[in-house]
Amino acid sequence: MSNVPPTLILDIGLMAMLVVVAFSVVRLRSLFAIVMLQGVYSLLSAAWFVSLDAVDVAFTEAAVGAGISTVLMLGAMLLTEREAKPVPLQKQLGSLFIVTVTGMALFYAIGDMPAFGDAHSAANAYLGTDYIAATKTDIILPNVVTAVLASYRGFDTFGETVVIFMAGLGIVLLLGLNGHAGKWRAQPKGQDVSNSRGDKS
Amino acid sequence: MNGLLEHFNYAVVIFLMMLGLYVVFASNNMIKKLVGLSVFQTSVFLLYISLGKVTGGQPPIIAEEDLHAATDGGHDVVAEGAHQAADIIYSNPLPHVLILTAIVVGVATLAIGLALVVRIREVYGTIEEDEIDALDYERNLEGAAK
Amino acid sequence: MSPHVILRVVSKLLIPLIALFALYVQFHGDFGPGGGFQAGVIFASAIILYALIFGLDEAKRAIPPSWVRIGMSTGVIIYGGTGVATWLLGGEFLNYTFFAPDSTHAAGQHWGIFAVELGVLCTVASAMVAIFYAFGSRTTELTDEDW
Repeated sequence: MSNVPPTLILDIGLMAMLVVVAFSVVRLRSLFAIVMLQGVYSLLSAAWFVSLDAVDVAFTEAAVGAGISTVLMLGAMLLTEREAKPVPLQKQLGSLFIVTVTGMALFYAIGDMPAFGDAHSAANAYLGTDYIAATKTDIILPNVVTAVLASYRGFDTFGETVVIFMAGLGIVLLLGLNGHAGKWRAQPKGQDVSNSRGDKS
Repeated sequence: MNGLLEHFNYAVVIFLMMLGLYVVFASNNMIKKLVGLSVFQTSVFLLYISLGKVTGGQPPIIAEEDLHAATDGGHDVVAEGAHQAADIIYSNPLPHVLILTAIVVGVATLAIGLALVVRIREVYGTIEEDEIDALDYERNLEGAAK
Repeated sequence: MSPHVILRVVSKLLIPLIALFALYVQFHGDFGPGGGFQAGVIFASAIILYALIFGLDEAKRAIPPSWVRIGMSTGVIIYGGTGVATWLLGGEFLNYTFFAPDSTHAAGQHWGIFAVELGVLCTVASAMVAIFYAFGSRTTELTDEDW
């Protein structure tokens, strides 16, 4: 315990902040605050990714998690509500029970995980080092992540691009690029919902 | 105690995951549910990335001289280049690639979810799950009466 | 005149720089952190910033929704087309070596990765802008004063 590496202190500090932010998300009911805290959570985890040597992931998380998804959530929140209603205690306790049991099971499994930073663990020893060695001779690009992403796992990334395309397509179908999709309104209280498809304007 | 120090990252990540999961289970509000889902998701990313960390490692971006040492090594200038190449430790790039993919897919699914929530709000006038259930129940009762 | 003068001036300065940075991230992604996904998101965020400051209608005049729709599918076609091109050159799907089979410095791989990342950039940027347009165009029930 005499010589604690400075990155470990950074790691622990960032983890503490992550826990505080996640806990606030659980406690708060103002949706605006929750959405902004989600952005903060993403940004903090991006900072931790840098400390964990995952620079590409940190970059993406900062741009996507803290940037785009916060904007999207704010946009959606603006179209819906600004305050979450309180949850009945019964439901809270039930969820707490499920979450505790799941957490206990996962904690029990921690003992089998490799130690933090172990270079000889099964996860780090074989395939990862193979990719680094192969990139030096096959692709000759400095960024191994790009090489694996675009070349070794090119098919995977193709599928992912299609997923993004499908998501864009789905949202255009659901909401419409100009916001006109499905502009019909059902009357939930008392009236027949299925009939109201007729009064499309 | 030593075991706990070696695995502290997993302990914290599991705690964060469970907080996210709790929000997904316990909240009725759909936007809050989605926020909980993305907290849960980010925690899973943290689990994977902390698994790929190597102590004293560098980001998996190969140093320029290392890269050329490897290519020239093919042309019989082996000794020094190979020696240098062995010196630098890199963190495992594979989890990074997987998570990079997962982040972008995550925002795509989040956007779809939000679009569905917006449409639900337009039709039902609320995004609280229990109220929607009650509305559906009422409607079903009416359908049965007819 | 809108009340957000400072925002307008500062963002007018920033938006070209953000777009330029996106291109840097895109083309430097082979050598440092970055790549098509990040570049696409950053490029989209430049457009989103423009829309937030100057209004959605202005943004839609600058980048019409039809471009966005076309861009989204063009990216997938570029990516898939790269795979088909390697087929036609006699290789497996997305085996970029066949772009330059005789190169000793893996030039074929470099070209393949370049093309693929371009496709990713196109799809991600357009899809993000499309998603933002879709959410932004819905009519809001809240006004500025409600905050």
